[in-house]
Amino acid sequence: MAPKLPPQHSLQHSSSAVAGGQSQEGQSHYPHAAQPKGLMRWLLTTNHKEIGSLYLIFSLTMFFVGGIFALVVRAELFQPGLQLVEPEFFNQMTTMHGLIMVFAAVMPAFTGLANWMIPLQIGAPDMALPRLNNFSFWLLPVAFTLLLSTLFMPGGGPNFGWTFYAPLSTTYAPASTTFFILALHMAGISSILGAINIIATILNMRAPGMRMMDMPLFVWTWLITAFLLIAVMPVLAGVITMMLMDINFGTSFFDAAGGGDPVLFQHLFWFFGHPEVYIMILPAFGIVSAIIPTFARKPLFGYASMVYATGAIALLSFLVWAHHMFIVGLPLTAELFFMYSTMLIAVPTGVKVFNWVTTLFRGSISFEPPMLFALAFVVLFTIGGFSGLMLAIAPADFQYHDTYFVVAHFHYVLVPGAIFAIMAGVYYWLPKWTGHYPNERLAQCHFWCSIIGVNLTFFPMHFAGLAGMPRRIPDYALQFADFNLLSSIGAFFFGASQLLFVLVVVLCVRGGQKAPAKAWEGAVDLEWSVPSPAPLHTFETPPVFHRAQSHD
Amino acid sequence: MAADGSQQAGVRRTVIRSVAALLGMFAFAFALVPLYDVFCQVTGLNGKVDTTAKAIIHEEVDQSRFITVQFITRGSAGLPWQMSVETRQMRVHPGQTAEVDFTFTNNSHQESWGRAVPSVSPSSATTHLRKVSCFCFQEQQLQGDERLTIPLVFQLAKDLPEEISTITLVYTLYPVQRIALNPLNNNNAAGDKI
Amino acid sequence: MRLPWQWLLTITSVASLSQAHASSWNMPVGVTDTSRNIFGLHMTIFWVCVVIGVIVFGVMFYSLFRYRHSKGAKAARFHEHTSVEVLWTAIPILILVGMAVPATATLKNMYDASEADLDIMITGQQWRWRYEYLGEDIAYTSNLSTTREQIRGESERDEHYLLDVDEPLVLPINRKVRFLMTSDDVIHSWWVPELAVKQDTIPGFINENWVQINEPGIYRGQCAELCGVNHGFMPIVVHAMEEAEFETWLEERKEAAEQEAMGVDREWAIEELMARGEEVYQSICSSCHQGEGQGAPPAFPALAGNEQLINELDWHLDRVINGVSGAAMPAFRNTLNPVEIAAVVTYTRNAWGNETGDTVQPATVAERIAQ
Repeated sequence: MAPKLPPQHSLQHSSSAVAGGQSQEGQSHYPHAAQPKGLMRWLLTTNHKEIGSLYLIFSLTMFFVGGIFALVVRAELFQPGLQLVEPEFFNQMTTMHGLIMVFAAVMPAFTGLANWMIPLQIGAPDMALPRLNNFSFWLLPVAFTLLLSTLFMPGGGPNFGWTFYAPLSTTYAPASTTFFILALHMAGISSILGAINIIATILNMRAPGMRMMDMPLFVWTWLITAFLLIAVMPVLAGVITMMLMDINFGTSFFDAAGGGDPVLFQHLFWFFGHPEVYIMILPAFGIVSAIIPTFARKPLFGYASMVYATGAIALLSFLVWAHHMFIVGLPLTAELFFMYSTMLIAVPTGVKVFNWVTTLFRGSISFEPPMLFALAFVVLFTIGGFSGLMLAIAPADFQYHDTYFVVAHFHYVLVPGAIFAIMAGVYYWLPKWTGHYPNERLAQCHFWCSIIGVNLTFFPMHFAGLAGMPRRIPDYALQFADFNLLSSIGAFFFGASQLLFVLVVVLCVRGGQKAPAKAWEGAVDLEWSVPSPAPLHTFETPPVFHRAQSHD
Repeated sequence: MAADGSQQAGVRRTVIRSVAALLGMFAFAFALVPLYDVFCQVTGLNGKVDTTAKAIIHEEVDQSRFITVQFITRGSAGLPWQMSVETRQMRVHPGQTAEVDFTFTNNSHQESWGRAVPSVSPSSATTHLRKVSCFCFQEQQLQGDERLTIPLVFQLAKDLPEEISTITLVYTLYPVQRIALNPLNNNNAAGDKI
Repeated sequence: MRLPWQWLLTITSVASLSQAHASSWNMPVGVTDTSRNIFGLHMTIFWVCVVIGVIVFGVMFYSLFRYRHSKGAKAARFHEHTSVEVLWTAIPILILVGMAVPATATLKNMYDASEADLDIMITGQQWRWRYEYLGEDIAYTSNLSTTREQIRGESERDEHYLLDVDEPLVLPINRKVRFLMTSDDVIHSWWVPELAVKQDTIPGFINENWVQINEPGIYRGQCAELCGVNHGFMPIVVHAMEEAEFETWLEERKEAAEQEAMGVDREWAIEELMARGEEVYQSICSSCHQGEGQGAPPAFPALAGNEQLINELDWHLDRVINGVSGAAMPAFRNTLNPVEIAAVVTYTRNAWGNETGDTVQPATVAERIAQ
C-alpha cells in the first residue's frame, strides 16, 4: 500500500513518520524551521498533548463565561419582579448560556481529554491527522468570539433559546442571527474534524496486539461518540443552512406562509439534538468506567456489556427524538412509539449503573478526589436518569414539558453528570499531565462545595417545575419564590467554588507532590506506563500490548 | 516503515469513508424535507393536507352517520384581504361529495398575491379527506378591490374512523411576496416599513 | 371492572390527594379525569424510581462503607456474571412494560375525538391569548392584568402576580369542551396545569385538545413555549362555571357584543374615544409600544412623536388593521372590533403630545375592514 501514496501524505503524518527519531521536544514537527516560540508555538502546534491542553484551557474559560451568563439569569430570578436585566437581555443570557455550555464548554472539554488520552491509552504516538487537529481547535476560538460578539450587535444576540425553534429564530429573529449561524457552522466543522481524527486514530493506530475489545472504555465511548458526531453534526449544519436560506434567500422551509412547516424544524433539530445529548454523556461514562475500577482496585464489572450498552444507547438515540416534542400535536401512534423507545433507553443505562455499583461491591475502595467526583456522578446522574424516565411517560410529560422540572432533569445529567465526569477525569489524569498530584485538601474542598452547590441549585427546580413554573421566564409568580431563592443561592455558591478548581489546577501545574509513572495504585491502562509528566512525544516506538493489562 | 505505510493507508481509508458519511448525512438532512412532507401526507401528521387535487371516488354514501365539518378562515398580518365562507359548518355523510363557497375580498386598491394555507384537525382525519378542488392548491391573485368566490369541493372517505365526529378545516391567509423582475417594483411590493 | 393498575393509580392519587391539593411543590391533581390519571402516573413512576434508587444506592453505599481500602479490604477479582447481567436487563424491561400499560391507556383516552359540546378556538399572539367561541359569535383577547408597577417593584405584588388577566376564558363544567389551537406569529404553548392541557400553538397549523372540568373554580396557567420578549407575561386564566351560570354569562356576553356592534353606527365624541382608546392601548399595545408610546426600538417603534403616524392617518389605520408582515405588529382586523380600533387609533393620535386632533369614527373603520 505504501508506495501508492503520494509523498506529501507522509507530511500529514509527521509525528509517526519520524517515530523513533528525535524524542527531544519539538524538532520533529517543523523540519524546515526551528521550534516556534511563544504564541506561534501554540498557534502552530500539531502535538496531541499541546492541542489537548489548548482544548481544555479553552473549555474551562468558556465554562466560566457560560457560568457568568447563568449567574446573570439566576440573579434576575433571585426574587420575583424585574430587577437587574430586561426580559430581552434575559433571553439572550439563557440562550447564550445554553449554547456556550453545550458547544464551547462540555464538547471541547471531552475533545481535549480525547486528544490527550486516546493516543496514550492505545499506544499511538499522536493523533492520526495532527495538522487537521490544530485546525479543528483553532476554529473554536474564532467561532465563539463571533458568537459572543453578536451580543454587541444592534438588536442583540440570539434570544430564542439554545434550541432556536423556528419561526422565532427565523422570521422573528434579531439581525445577528446570520452570524449565530456562521458561528455554529464553524463549531460544527470543528467537532466533525475532531471526530474524523479520533475515529482514524482509534481504528488505525492502536498498539500492536490491542484488539478493539481490549481498548479502555474511554476510547470505546469516544469512538461511538465520534460516530454519533459524524452522523448528526451534518444534520445540524443542514438545519441551520435552511434557517440561513429562510432568513436571507426567501425560501420557506419552516414558514407556513410559503408552504413550509415550523414543526419540521423541531424534527430536524431533535434528530440532531437527541444524539447530541449522548455526545455529551457517553465520554463521561468512559471516564467514570476508568476511575471506579482504579480506586476500587478491582476490574470493571461487565466490560463487554458496557461496550454493548454504549452502542445500544447510541443506536436508540436516533429513534427517540420526538420525545422532545410530545406537545406539538403528534398523532397517537407517534406518541406511543417515541414513548416506548425512550423508556427502552433506561435499560442499557441501567446496565451501566448496575455495572459500576457491582464494580464497587467487594472492592478495596479509597476516596481520592477523582473517585469522589466519579461516585457523585453515579448517584446524581442516576437521579437525572430517574427524572428522565418520568419525562419519557408521554402523558406525564404533558405536565412536565417546558417547566423547571425539565431544567432540573437535564442539569442533573449535564452538571453532576458530564461536568463532574470531566472534573473527575482532570483530577485523575493531572498527575500524568503535570507530574504532580493535585492538592488533596483543596480538591476535597472543591468536591464538597460543588456537591452542595449543585444540589442546592438544581434540586429545588424539580419542585418549582412540578408546581407549574415554565422555563425561560424572566419573572415568576409568587408561589415559586422560595425555590428560586434557594436555586440562586446555590448557583452563586457553585459558581464561586469552581474558582477552587482553577486554583487546584494552577497549583498542580506549578508544583506539588511528585507523581510516579503509575500515579494511582489500581490503575491499569497504557497511559500509566509512560513517565509522569508525560514527555511531549510518547510511544514513538509502539509499545507491545500485553493482554494481561486488558479488561477481560 | 511498512507498518507505517499500511497505517497511513488505513487512516486515508477511514478519512475517505468518514467524509463520505458526512456528506451523505448533510444531504440526508435536506432529503428529510421532502420525506417529511410525504410522511405527513401518508400519516396525516400535523394536519398537513395534500396540495394536489384528488379524484372523486364513487363509493356508497354512509347514510347512517353524519360528520360535522367546520370551516374556519383566518387572516394574517400584511395581507389586506378578507376571507369568508358561506357557512361556518355543515353536516355530511361519509362518502358524500360536498361543495362550499369561499369568498376572497381584497380591501386595498392594489393588486396582491396571497395563499390560503390549509390545516385539518383532528390529524387522523387528514388522510380520509379528499379535496377535489380547492383554492388552497395554488396562490391566488386579486386585483385592487376585487372580490372572488371559489368553491371548495371535497369528499370524506367512507372509511373515516368511527370515533371522528367533527372535522375542522382551517385556512390561514398569507401574503405571497412575488419576486418581480424589476427591482423597483419589488421595492414597492415590499414597501412595508415599520 | 377496574383493572389492577387502575386501582393502583386510584390508590396513589387518593393517598397523595391531601398534600397535592396545596400543590406548592408537587404536580396538582387537577380537576379533570385526565389530570387525575396523569397525577396517578406521575406518583407511580416517582415511587418506582424511589424504590429502585433505594436499592441501587443502598448497595452502593453499603459497598463504599464495607469495602474501604483504609479498613484493609482486599479486592475480589470477579468481573463478569452472565446470569446476573441478564437478570438486571430483564427486570427493568418488565418494570417498564408495567409502566407503559397505564401510560398508553391514559394517552389513548386523551386522543378521544368524540363530539364536544363546545368548540373554542385558542390563538396565541405575541403576547396574549385570543379566545373564540365557535358558533356563538363571541371572541375576545385575554391580556396580562398585573401592572407594570408591580413588576418593577414600585407597588406591592398581589396574590396572583403575573397570573391574572383582564378577561379569563370562561368554561362550563361537566361538558366536553374542544380546543382548536393555532398561532398568529411564533409557537406558543397553552398550559393550565390543573386541566392537564398543554399544547403548542403553531402558526399556520391547527392542534386539537379537549377538556371536561369536574369542579368549578379559577385555574391559572402560563405560556410554556419561549415566544419572545414577553414570554413570561402571557398568563392563562380559566374560569370554570356551573352550567347554568355559564349559559347566563354566554347570553350577557352576546348582548354586550351586540351593543358594541350597534355602537359602530353612531357618532362617537373624542372624549369617549380617548377613554376607550386608553383602555385598549394599555391592555393590547403597551406591552410593545410601552406605556407612554415611547416604544422599544428597533423592534417596537415609538408612537409618541412618530412623524409618519402623525402625518398619515391612512397609513396609521392600515398598520393597525392589517399589521406588518414579517414584523411583530399583528393585524388587528379580526382581533379588535371597529369601535376598539377607532378608539385606539384616535387615542394614539392624540396622546403623549401627538396633538393631531383627529378623530376616527368606528363606522369609518368598519367600512375599511369590510368594503
